[in-house]
Amino acid sequence: MSGALSTAHSVVAPSGRVKLLAGAIVVLYALVALVPLLWIGLTSIKTPPDSISYPPKVVPFVHFEPSIEGYCNLFNTRSRQTADYLASLPPANSACEEITRSRSMVVVGPSNYVPRFLNSLIIAFGSTLLSVGLGTCAAYAFSRFKVPMKDDLLFFILSTRMMPPIAVAIPIFLMYRELGLSDTRLGMILLYTSVNVSLAVWLLKGFIDEIPREYEEAAMIDGYTRLQAFRKVVLPQATTGIVATAIFCLIFAWNEYAFAVLLTSGTAQTAPPFIPIIIGEGGQDWPAVAAGTTLFLIPILIFTVLLRKHLLRGITFGAVRK
Amino acid sequence: MAEITLAQVSKRFGPVQAVTDLSLTIANGEFVVLLGPTGAGKTTSLRLVAGLETPDDGRVFIGGVDVTGLPPAARDVTFVFQQYSLYPHLSVFDNLAFPLRSPTRRTPEDEIRRAVGEVARLLRIEDKLQNRATQLSGGQMQRVAIGRALVRRPAVYLMDEPLSSLDAKLRSELRIELKHIQQDLGATMLYVTHDQTEAMTLATRIGVINRGRLVQIGTPRSIYEDPADIYVATRLGSPGINLLPRALFPTLEAPAAAATIGVRTEHLAIAKGQNGAVTGKVDWIERLGDQNHLHIDVNRQQIVSLVDPDEGLGVGDEVAVSLHKPLFFAADGQRVR
Repeated sequence: MSGALSTAHSVVAPSGRVKLLAGAIVVLYALVALVPLLWIGLTSIKTPPDSISYPPKVVPFVHFEPSIEGYCNLFNTRSRQTADYLASLPPANSACEEITRSRSMVVVGPSNYVPRFLNSLIIAFGSTLLSVGLGTCAAYAFSRFKVPMKDDLLFFILSTRMMPPIAVAIPIFLMYRELGLSDTRLGMILLYTSVNVSLAVWLLKGFIDEIPREYEEAAMIDGYTRLQAFRKVVLPQATTGIVATAIFCLIFAWNEYAFAVLLTSGTAQTAPPFIPIIIGEGGQDWPAVAAGTTLFLIPILIFTVLLRKHLLRGITFGAVRK
Repeated sequence: MAEITLAQVSKRFGPVQAVTDLSLTIANGEFVVLLGPTGAGKTTSLRLVAGLETPDDGRVFIGGVDVTGLPPAARDVTFVFQQYSLYPHLSVFDNLAFPLRSPTRRTPEDEIRRAVGEVARLLRIEDKLQNRATQLSGGQMQRVAIGRALVRRPAVYLMDEPLSSLDAKLRSELRIELKHIQQDLGATMLYVTHDQTEAMTLATRIGVINRGRLVQIGTPRSIYEDPADIYVATRLGSPGINLLPRALFPTLEAPAAAATIGVRTEHLAIAKGQNGAVTGKVDWIERLGDQNHLHIDVNRQQIVSLVDPDEGLGVGDEVAVSLHKPLFFAADGQRVR
């Protein structure tokens, strides 16, 4: 540290004390936010009796022995059998089978978790792709062209978000039944796209507005058509905004629960309405629910971590102009 | 290389009439500079030639072909933008190669390397080719922007204040460079600026634009010496031309319609004493080193004149003022001869 005579003092850089305080607040917030996640993760490796014991068992290997029972129950369906029947069976050929038999049950087949998870992936990524694709085109048009009644249209697009989407659940339910879109992946993709596209248009319009027109004009003079200029010049510069928008859209579509409960029941059911249903099978199977939730978090975590550099730049975009 | 013709071109943006009835022919190999203040319609004129705007009225011809309805890519022009407009996601090399890689003029990759290398040498940016465009200084960016125009051989070069964001030294260097390049290539150039020095030094002909109209076009010398009206007279010259009421020089022979007399600073003869056309008093002296600007009070009218620093005049001295080559203007600003 330099002494009292030091003039090396920046008025803009935060001082050490401020940084420490900021760090402490972040850590505190992270703790509060992470406790439920940690609890879900821990529950997923408990046995059902451990998961509901009181006082709670917290530390693995100390308070309880970790078990894969939750994951077994998540991926398999089981049925209760008599002791005689269980005794007549050949030795169990997997760890899950063994655990299941210890509960006087046998594994009768795979559960619906994997197909539901796949539905979630298809619907969430499909609708994100569609929202961002449509959003980018619309945002570019709004940003660059003289669209008649532009402001009214933009306001109209925004107005679709002025009430919670679930407020129109009944009309949508009836409409989907008429159109045969109930319980279809296409129906869910269209629904999530329609909710997300207004967000995408508005976010992306901001990003595209920040890209000076001169770049496209230069490209058009350099021998490119407007569409080629859009692809070669605008899209690369809008990547950050597109990625940030995609993450927001994906998170919404991935986590959406209310419409999924209302409109899907079988073939197109996503994971969020499926996971709590596991409760119903042979008592409250909290470890299986926790296991389903833990695995459900992973895709969005990977997606966000992979793109976090863009996300961070995307959120602060426009605040600092280069 | 080709000739550019604008025939009675007009362009309006909402309530603003940007360009009015502009007719102008730029001969093959000519360097025409459009000079005018901000908002005069210079840039719009340039963008009309480039195809970035379509005229409300009139036609645009390049090399004798009517290009009025053609998109920019089909016009074979280059455009140097005032704000560089380098593609920030590309390296300097890729920026320079960008026009050559366009679908309309696919160029073999080794030919691109050769052309880019040549331009980079010319503009002294060879060592920056691998840099990101955003890592350059302002002067380097501007040179890359000019390089992007020079990398191909278009029918015409269009430049919108390409030197305005450079510092004075670099500006004068690049000005000379640009003139050399234009002469070597025999290029047809339309160049827009509000800087009279650029206009005077670069142009084969200067077109003076005011409020969307082409007021006068001619060689730099004729524009300077023979302005069509007061506006053109005040655009050129530093310090600006002295505009004085006719009544200040009662003994001077002048056309009957003359209301204002214009005298360039160097066309004033100043001598100690009282035997000139009129007598004034030295008010204030600006010393620039190689010359002095003398501010003289003649009947409460300020006159600015250039004098040699060795003249020996001081503030408060009485001086005789005589005019050489005065220009006469009518009350509406038009020149009278």
